[in-house]
Amino acid sequence: MAAYLIRRLVILTLSLAAASVVIFVVIEVAPGDPASFMLGMNARPDTVAALRVELGLDQPPLQRYFAWVGGMLRGDLGLSYTYRAPVAQMVAERAQVSLPLALYALGLSVLIALPAGIIAATHRGRLADLSVVGATQLGIAVPNFWFAMLLVLLFALKLRWFSAGGFPGWSDPLLALKSLTLPAVALALPQAAILARVLRSSLIDILAEDFIRTARAKGLSRRQTLWRHGLRAALIPVLTILGLQFSFLLAGAIIIEQVFFLPGLGRLIFQAITQRDLIVVESVTMLLVFAVIVVNLLTDLAYVAADPRLRAQ
Amino acid sequence: MDTSGGKHTGQNRDSLAAAPLLDIAALSLRIGSKQILDNVALTLDPGEILALTGESGSGKSMTALATMGLLPDAATATGSIALSGQDLLPLPDRAMNARRGRDIGMVFQEPMTALNPFHRIGDQVAETLRIHGAMRRAAAHHGAAQLLARTGLDPARIPPSRYPHELSGGQRQRVVIAMAIAMRPKLLIADEPTTALDVTTQAQILDLLDRLVKDDGMGMLLITHDLAVVAQHADRIAVMKEGTIVETGATAEVLRQRCHPYTQALLDASFHRPHLAPPVPGGPLLVARDVVRSYPGRRVGLRRAPEIRAVDGVSLTIAKGERVGLVGESGCGKSTLTRAILGLEPLQGGTIVLDGQPVGTPPTRRRMQAVFQDPYGSFNPRHRVGRLVSEPFHLAAPPQDAPLQDAIARALTEVGLSPEDARRHIHAFSGGQRQRIAIARALIIRPELVIFDEAVSALDVRVRARILDLIAELTTRHGLTSLFISHDLSVVRGVTDRLLVMKAGKIVEQGPTASVFAAPQHWYTKLLLDAAPRLARPPPRQVRDA
Amino acid sequence: MKTLALGALLSALMIAAALASFIWTPGDVTTVNIPARLQPPSAPHWLGTDHLGRDMLSMIMTGARTSLAVALVAVGIGMGAGVPLGLAAAARHGGALDEVIMRLNDLVFAFPSLVIAILLTAILGPGAVNAILAIGIFNIPVFARMTRGAALPLWRRDFILAARTAGKTAPRISAEHILPNVLNLLVVQGTIQFSLGILAEAGLSYVGLGAQPPVPSWGRMLADAQTMVALAPHVAIIPGAAIVLTVLGLNLLGDGLRDRLDPRLGPGAT
Repeated sequence: MAAYLIRRLVILTLSLAAASVVIFVVIEVAPGDPASFMLGMNARPDTVAALRVELGLDQPPLQRYFAWVGGMLRGDLGLSYTYRAPVAQMVAERAQVSLPLALYALGLSVLIALPAGIIAATHRGRLADLSVVGATQLGIAVPNFWFAMLLVLLFALKLRWFSAGGFPGWSDPLLALKSLTLPAVALALPQAAILARVLRSSLIDILAEDFIRTARAKGLSRRQTLWRHGLRAALIPVLTILGLQFSFLLAGAIIIEQVFFLPGLGRLIFQAITQRDLIVVESVTMLLVFAVIVVNLLTDLAYVAADPRLRAQ
Repeated sequence: MDTSGGKHTGQNRDSLAAAPLLDIAALSLRIGSKQILDNVALTLDPGEILALTGESGSGKSMTALATMGLLPDAATATGSIALSGQDLLPLPDRAMNARRGRDIGMVFQEPMTALNPFHRIGDQVAETLRIHGAMRRAAAHHGAAQLLARTGLDPARIPPSRYPHELSGGQRQRVVIAMAIAMRPKLLIADEPTTALDVTTQAQILDLLDRLVKDDGMGMLLITHDLAVVAQHADRIAVMKEGTIVETGATAEVLRQRCHPYTQALLDASFHRPHLAPPVPGGPLLVARDVVRSYPGRRVGLRRAPEIRAVDGVSLTIAKGERVGLVGESGCGKSTLTRAILGLEPLQGGTIVLDGQPVGTPPTRRRMQAVFQDPYGSFNPRHRVGRLVSEPFHLAAPPQDAPLQDAIARALTEVGLSPEDARRHIHAFSGGQRQRIAIARALIIRPELVIFDEAVSALDVRVRARILDLIAELTTRHGLTSLFISHDLSVVRGVTDRLLVMKAGKIVEQGPTASVFAAPQHWYTKLLLDAAPRLARPPPRQVRDA
Repeated sequence: MKTLALGALLSALMIAAALASFIWTPGDVTTVNIPARLQPPSAPHWLGTDHLGRDMLSMIMTGARTSLAVALVAVGIGMGAGVPLGLAAAARHGGALDEVIMRLNDLVFAFPSLVIAILLTAILGPGAVNAILAIGIFNIPVFARMTRGAALPLWRRDFILAARTAGKTAPRISAEHILPNVLNLLVVQGTIQFSLGILAEAGLSYVGLGAQPPVPSWGRMLADAQTMVALAPHVAIIPGAAIVLTVLGLNLLGDGLRDRLDPRLGPGAT
């Protein structure tokens, strides 16, 4: 197990290194000099050159790469060109919105998907199953940002139960949660549809396994068989999907923030793109990739922990 | 521990001593429009072993599942299945839950998949005890440990804390048996309990079941396709064909009388020896010398476990025109050796040459072909039979158009199929027909050496007999050299002149087939021969009044 | 079968709308007519008009072109690169090539298509090509993994052993025996990725990383509609409904095909 962990950590480090090179090279070849962009069209060349020195843009690329990576390892994500503020600080502020939003949505989607998937699989072909299958078909087809707009239309503009957007900050946690509720629901429902489908089909497969028949032959009722033998095995593929879905959730959160004018990472990155604040783009994408890779590792570890056959290796 | 459920079952046994333990009457079963069982009737007394035998698809397993109340949802059953006088068929699932595991235990065919891979074996056995309310947690675990020991799992080597994947097939089957007998049920159903196991393991498991039945006074319904197993273990026998029981009675009686032609046919097929012309051996054709095929050991931490030698210094020679058998249990390396001979495995040592040329080169490939075990996996399902059969032409200059069609037609006719079959898809053929097609494919380029890798193992006994006949006929007609690989000694006996016995990557004994059977030299060969269930050839049927 | 028919019908409808837009649309999507803005659905404008007074039906038809083209090319990129990679990895299972391909896959998987789009935008500036590349690159590991996963068990089947006995090489076996047997799965996965591509394209256009004006796209129609939602709900509802129907149609088509092509049911069985 320890050896497996070490191997996985080595792979993780290599992946991160490769990802950082990719991101750095992309940003490097990106046209447009941040310094001239910041100073405007009419800036004098010597002013631009001075700014380039100040931003460290006059250094050779290799040196800048290692300065960037070295900085990140120390938690220093560089200085925003536009705001002249540490990127790390900006990210930390914005993450206070994005991270709770993603987790809120994740929790909601699991809460919806588990019962739906179980009911559908155990009532296969009957009304309950058909309703779940129909609902998931629809849920998968709905773009979350459009669903978000419909939620705003109904719950904020018509019923006035929620505000249409914005974030009041965490000084009042309840109010903060309330303002994240519509975005979280919009994010969660399509995810829940996918999870419910996966759970349903994996549970149907598992319930056809030989060891389920053995359990029934021991005298367990259908319900006991489901809870003691079926569910654990069926949840493993769900876990995998949950890990894979994380990157979609992250991307979804970035888009949903646009709908609700939430000051999260998404807003930060889109502003940075329009202002050619490339150091922000660079560092935030690296953080997103880091998050995806780490979550995938955690999923795999959970997978191994759940299955004794894998644990042995 | 001994009181587990004893009071309950004891009472029943006393009060209903006269009635049969299991009394199935007029049992019919349909799934959709398909009639699976038709008017099945059988009885089983306490302490008795009744064998239900017949070929695959005859309805044996469905009879067992009906008794367990575990039929598929789509099935509808009529008739009655009485256990100690009470009809189980109309009982609701809840009532059956209480009886399954307590009054009826069941052992399944596939030990590899019958256990939950996520739970420890001790917990799985304890679950039977706990679900029927017999014991609390700690007591149940103690009980489970005793049950596992009783089925022959040494707690020092295989403690209850093991997971199923850490056990061999035979060990897993012992766990399944421990679960089935945990509550000392009155009836034990064993559905092909040893079919998936090696012959030596098979004998141990059957002996274990015999002993448990005797000790606990259970009745056992033993479902098996193997008449030799029936003859050695069953008190009575019921022969099943296409959903009906065609003959039933005391085992010895049924095997002697064989009133029904189907019983006769099954028995004949079990004894069938194909006619093999005497060999006319020539010079050496295939020569393998000190062949080693090893795999790097699994990575354990940062080190590697020692390498695994699947084939460990094997030398053998097959002369032109010779028919050689290679037997051994699963994992002995015979499949790896087969692939090595076909030139499909890289070797870590030694050489294999065909007529002086190393195998794996195009000229040698053309001169040998193979027939594989699985009639369902041997063909690309997307291609038609004509294309499948002509695949080996890839090696030769392929004939075009008309000559190609002629060659395909000839190959198909030779194996007893019709030339029109070339246009059909493989789905349309039964297992036996598929093996005929596989033989046609192997022979179409007229190879000199044909390797039959477990070529009849997946087939029912009557089909197997016919395919063995075909193989014997074709090898004789074309003067083929053949290597016949099997785990089943009785199969190899009829179609080979010489026999090799393989164990743990090495050839431990070789010699003329007849003398190896008559006087085995190596202890392992003796063990294999002893373990194989034997069916004494009964005297010819007495002529009865017409 | 009902699933397949409904899915095929919805998909065909959208494709027809997209194709028809090349020849004819009810209104002109490039002409701005401010006085006629935000009209609800009516006889002259079946789906109403948008905030610039353009005919919504015409916008939807022309937008379908963008959505379908972007998603289709992205699936093409994913299949074109992913399938050969997956076949090669399976043929060399456990070897160095397999390892390299799978690790590269993992690396690409770590970049959600939105992140790829963000990076590409930094180089190319926003546009439809961006969206195509971003979604296409993300599709490559999806197809590579699926192909490899489906090919591995096939390689262990006896008919592959028979083909090797017949002296066929790994690339030839991949083309002749493996590919035809994973084709069904590829078709099904293709429709799934196609529908995911439409969703992704809409998302990218919505945040301004996809197709740029004057090319109409459903995602940008929604972005434009956002501030008008309260005034004229139809400008937000209609493009979304178009996306939902298209994606739903493709998903149903995929499910229907999966049931139809299931090897256990065997379409070729005679």
